[in-house]
Amino acid sequence: MTVINPLILVLAIPLGAAALLALFRGYRLSSRVNVLASFATLLTALSLFFRHPEPDSYFLVDDLNIVFIVLNSFVGFTTSVFSATYIAHELEIGRLTPVYLRFYHAMYQVMMFGMNLALVANNIGLMWVAIELATLATILMVGIYRTHEALEAAWKYFILGSVGIAFALFGTILVYMAAQPVVGEGLPGMVWTVLIERVAEFDPALLNVAFIFLLLGYGTKVGLAPLHAWLPDAHAEGPTPISAVLSGLLLNVALYAVLRFKMLLAANPAAIAPGPLMVTMGLVSLVFAAFMLYRRRDIKRMFAYSSIEHMGIIVFAFGMGGPLANFAGLLQMTMHSLTKSAIFFAVGHISQVKGTQKISEIRGLTETHPLLGWGLVLGVVAIAGMPPLGIFMSEFLVVSSTFSRAPLLAIPLVLGLMVAFGALLLRLNGFAFGEPTGSRAPVQASYVPMFAHLALVFTAGVYLPPALVAWFQHVASILG
Amino acid sequence: MHGLAFDIAHLLAGGLVLVSLMMLYQDRLPALINVFALHAILLAASVTWQANIQHEPYLYVTAMIALGFKGFVIPIALRRMIVRLGIHREIETVVGIGPTMLAGIALVALAMVVMLRVTEQADPLAREDLAFALSVLLLGLLMMVTRRNAVGQVLGFMSLENGLILAATGAKGMPLVVEISVAFSVLIAFIVIGIFLFRIRERFDSVDVQALDRFRGEQP
Repeated sequence: MTVINPLILVLAIPLGAAALLALFRGYRLSSRVNVLASFATLLTALSLFFRHPEPDSYFLVDDLNIVFIVLNSFVGFTTSVFSATYIAHELEIGRLTPVYLRFYHAMYQVMMFGMNLALVANNIGLMWVAIELATLATILMVGIYRTHEALEAAWKYFILGSVGIAFALFGTILVYMAAQPVVGEGLPGMVWTVLIERVAEFDPALLNVAFIFLLLGYGTKVGLAPLHAWLPDAHAEGPTPISAVLSGLLLNVALYAVLRFKMLLAANPAAIAPGPLMVTMGLVSLVFAAFMLYRRRDIKRMFAYSSIEHMGIIVFAFGMGGPLANFAGLLQMTMHSLTKSAIFFAVGHISQVKGTQKISEIRGLTETHPLLGWGLVLGVVAIAGMPPLGIFMSEFLVVSSTFSRAPLLAIPLVLGLMVAFGALLLRLNGFAFGEPTGSRAPVQASYVPMFAHLALVFTAGVYLPPALVAWFQHVASILG
Repeated sequence: MHGLAFDIAHLLAGGLVLVSLMMLYQDRLPALINVFALHAILLAASVTWQANIQHEPYLYVTAMIALGFKGFVIPIALRRMIVRLGIHREIETVVGIGPTMLAGIALVALAMVVMLRVTEQADPLAREDLAFALSVLLLGLLMMVTRRNAVGQVLGFMSLENGLILAATGAKGMPLVVEISVAFSVLIAFIVIGIFLFRIRERFDSVDVQALDRFRGEQP
């Protein structure tokens, strides 16, 4: 029996769906096709667990990227469910026209295709092209409302993103230059699996410079301070499903690229240790974003800063390295994706029913919309790192492993965490419990994706299945 | 490295850095666009020469893209655009020419110091190419920082990207160069369309196409 390679399907389904969705006019049909295609992608991604295709010079599936691919298609699927109700409301109030809707659904799948392609790429050039594709798709989505602010945000994202992309390409070229004398000319010099075997013989000086460019380039995409300026605007002005996908997925994809190159550098004994650079950038992002959380007036912007903060923690954890910190980083990344997208699902419906994104105008949610309000409370409590939810567990692991290995670094880390904690709870108090304001109209919301994510986060906080722990431990040991 | 082949490659790549410096002090948009076209044509010549000495026929495709798309199509489109938007006569306020040029020279020196030091084992042609490419890249960045106008920023970005293509073609036998240059062309096409929408906003205070229709009297 010949079975079609699931790897090809993970890429072909979104691409085919994008072509199909560009043709459909009706909203009902296209949003259903979008959900279905995302679900099919999720199923094929899960099947990768059971059938690893052999790596070739373009594609690679190993234990590391399966985690990313499955997380990516899972959040992609739940977001498509949320997006169906969200977009229905946008159509109703006329913020989106049917023409843009077609464009929106097609771009959604193009973005999923770009991210999956970047994750399965074994070729560093292909990875670069894929990340550029995913970025372009998100830029177009951020500007889709065509308001002054949305275009401004898209333009800013565009320019900063392009500079990041340019840096990443320069770094990629330098890696090839370093590989070329050892591996030989042509394709093998860009194939990651070949590079990692021979990297010990590469010229360390060239690799060092390459890594700096790659870290700056892909770091822009991860949203590391001081290269994060595009992130809050892009999150605040685009449609909320896109904010969820940006925070939950695109940042992870860029992080994945950084991790691949970090592994290359770590395998060359003469090159600089990539850890301290990542630790520094991670800490700066964490502390900076934590303080920025205080003075936010826009609810989506606030959670965008919270994403920067969490990416800071994750990059810090991976920068520390070692089995425990890597494990914590992976767990934190998974939990952050799930929690942050759940928060954006809640925020999307809330800003629709209240007709505003201003924090000062959103009050007393638990009274006016109990399900949404409590969902948001749960999400914020989780993202702030309160026990017994999943993020508490991963943050605890990050902090404790830091204390045991570099106690001095733990001081800014804990400071950042506490400051962010305070800011989030302060705001939460206002919009969840204050005197109710704004519309009390019942809301057409899809609660399932939000509560599914939160349930997963809660379960992970109380009980991690041993199979998952073993898998993450294994991946953590690959990461070195 | 055989003398002449190396010298010509060196001359063309060095010329690219020089034209990058020239772009820094143009204060009128049409002149800036002309200099950018020169930049792209020089890049095409440099890539053609690399294709010739490396015997890599696919690099000719990259050269053709550089020449046709960035040497002619984009400059012509941009020129039409700025005429239509009525900003072709405006004098752009750039940060003083003196400091900008000094910063530019410093960046070129930095690029040389960094790249020449770390690539001692690489072959000399690729090494020089890489140093020039980094200079072009940094000068492009400097230009993006010193311009306030969107068109100027985009021209800076495109010159930056020319530096990347120079680096990619200088790395002998690098795969996917053609694909990468196509990907960049798509990116640039999007940027140019983006500016057009953006400038419309500044002129008419909206990019709502219906507002334009009303403006043209096509809608009540």
